[in-house]
Amino acid sequence: MSAVSTSPVIERGTATSRIAAIAAAIIIALLAIAPHFLSAGAVDRMTALFVYVILAAMWNALAGFGGLVSVGQQVFFGLGAYFAIRLADAGLNPFLALFASGIIVGAVSWPLSLFMLRLRNGEFAIGMWVIAALTHLLVNLDRLVQGETGTSLISLNVYDAGARRAAIYWLALASMTALLAILFGLLRGSTGAAIRAIRDNEDAAASVGVRVTGTKRLLFVLAAFGIGIAGALWLATSITFQPKTYFNVQWTAYMIFMVLVGGIGTFEGAILGALVFFLIETWFGGTGVWYLVGLGATAVLFSLFLPRGLWGTIEERFGLRLLPVGYRVRFPAAADGDATPSPQQTTPYREKA
Amino acid sequence: MSNQIIQGILLGGYYALIACGLSFMFSVMRIINLAHGSLAVFAAFALWWLASRFHISPFVGLLIVLPLMAAIGWALQRFLLERSARGGALLPILTTFGLAIVIDNLLFEQFGADTRSLAPYIGSLSYDSWEWPGSIYVGKLAVIMFASAVILLGGLQLFLTHTRLGRSIRATSEDPDTAGLVGVDARRANAIAAAIAMVTVGLAGAFLGMRATFDPYAGAPQLLFAFEAAVIGGAGSLWGTLVGGIVLALAQTLGAQVHPQGFLIGGHVAFLIVLFIRLSTSGLGLRGLLRLPTRKPT
Repeated sequence: MSAVSTSPVIERGTATSRIAAIAAAIIIALLAIAPHFLSAGAVDRMTALFVYVILAAMWNALAGFGGLVSVGQQVFFGLGAYFAIRLADAGLNPFLALFASGIIVGAVSWPLSLFMLRLRNGEFAIGMWVIAALTHLLVNLDRLVQGETGTSLISLNVYDAGARRAAIYWLALASMTALLAILFGLLRGSTGAAIRAIRDNEDAAASVGVRVTGTKRLLFVLAAFGIGIAGALWLATSITFQPKTYFNVQWTAYMIFMVLVGGIGTFEGAILGALVFFLIETWFGGTGVWYLVGLGATAVLFSLFLPRGLWGTIEERFGLRLLPVGYRVRFPAAADGDATPSPQQTTPYREKA
Repeated sequence: MSNQIIQGILLGGYYALIACGLSFMFSVMRIINLAHGSLAVFAAFALWWLASRFHISPFVGLLIVLPLMAAIGWALQRFLLERSARGGALLPILTTFGLAIVIDNLLFEQFGADTRSLAPYIGSLSYDSWEWPGSIYVGKLAVIMFASAVILLGGLQLFLTHTRLGRSIRATSEDPDTAGLVGVDARRANAIAAAIAMVTVGLAGAFLGMRATFDPYAGAPQLLFAFEAAVIGGAGSLWGTLVGGIVLALAQTLGAQVHPQGFLIGGHVAFLIVLFIRLSTSGLGLRGLLRLPTRKPT
């Protein structure tokens, strides 16, 4: 309690975070020129990684910051691919269709949110799953899709394979960067403060004038838009659209895995989790069923023993923050760790017990 | 048409059985167990394994599988749910979802992708039927299933209202801390409730295997059926679950009449319509709808 007498410092950007921001810019620049050096296979893998980062970041925005755990996010992934197919079939340029598809998915999610956001916790999670199952069945009814047989994004075939690969890579990189930037900006601004207030205590947040429903809706629509883009990008890389593959709950399982392992409710954690998932998939994906058992078991173990994930734990331990979205109170009197009246207690990431 | 309605009502018995465990756990522990369907499929596989390997009739096999399910429920509560529930409302969702992935894929690893059924091991019961007036044939199995659902729901109702243990479970679901003050061991009550819920899941798994085929990934649809039946019927009593199961089954039967793929669509749409009406009239979440008769025992 002695620290109370010294005045605490409110900080946001630190020297570390400024270095991290510069490093992030350099990494993105390097990634942008990478297709000139990488093999075709490596370019495809990197595109997959960007899609994973988008999925993790969007699911984390919803669950980690908004407190809304959905097990039905595959609905937006599937719809992203479906609308892209539909738009391309209607004659729209396939690359333009990918982006337009994300917009439509976001637009569709808005009326859905009016309804679903009134559900709580588990009911919301599984209610979204019902929505995904229903949407899957309805998409199957479309004659163009031909049920589970599926269809293909044939209009992409007019482009040369190499140019197409690079174009999709850049599109994925640009989408990832833009979505992360939007999320970062959103979380740093006043909306970010509102989001965290809602997550920590919805009633209290409402009582101090936070627009609870509107803020949740914003996150819901943003997550739907991002995941829709991810679905469209995935379609662009694999060309074929089979509803069973795109509306599979495993996509949500991957999102949950990435976010839980990386650190739910931390901006950096979702990116780290996507990277971990990508590496595990690259090394163990060939082992089939055991790989999935391992993912499930890891998710259970993390939620039981390390619920803040890798990044959450690192952050708590070392006070390290690369891309700070909130503010932190530092007590200058206790620079040597243990004696501190726990600066973490004021970190905005802390999950409510 | 009356034939379809009767078949639909009888199928509702199965949905009530599988929904019963889900809403029971939710009402007592406030946890929606996402591994619910996978555990039912696990029970079906256990019965199938006993029958195909050791020629044990599934009905006798229940004597082994139901206690096993109770033990699983106990362990689930003690080692997984209790711990994760301390981390807030979101963590149990993630834990049980991870568990479902593990169970599904372990079943796949062990039994492969083939669809199985318990029908070959229950003699002629899988196709025996009675003729009712108006030349309507009802399957004996369907009637047994429906009767089991009524007996199970009625038994649970009596257990919760008329026994000491039942009252302590209800007290815990109302307020664990206050229940503790009057000498109820909340940990024990929750673990027993989880064990009971898993016994009902085991029974549902048995009927799933007898009336249809199943495969390692059949858990997710069962979970959705259970959830839909519980929500549709959630009028505040265990009997609501039966009503919910019947409404779900009738909607599916009706959907199948309209379109070849309409069976599942009909069920999902009925669920959404009921949910929409509930939410727009009461403004309540499902919390208030999926409740056992703990406040007003009948």
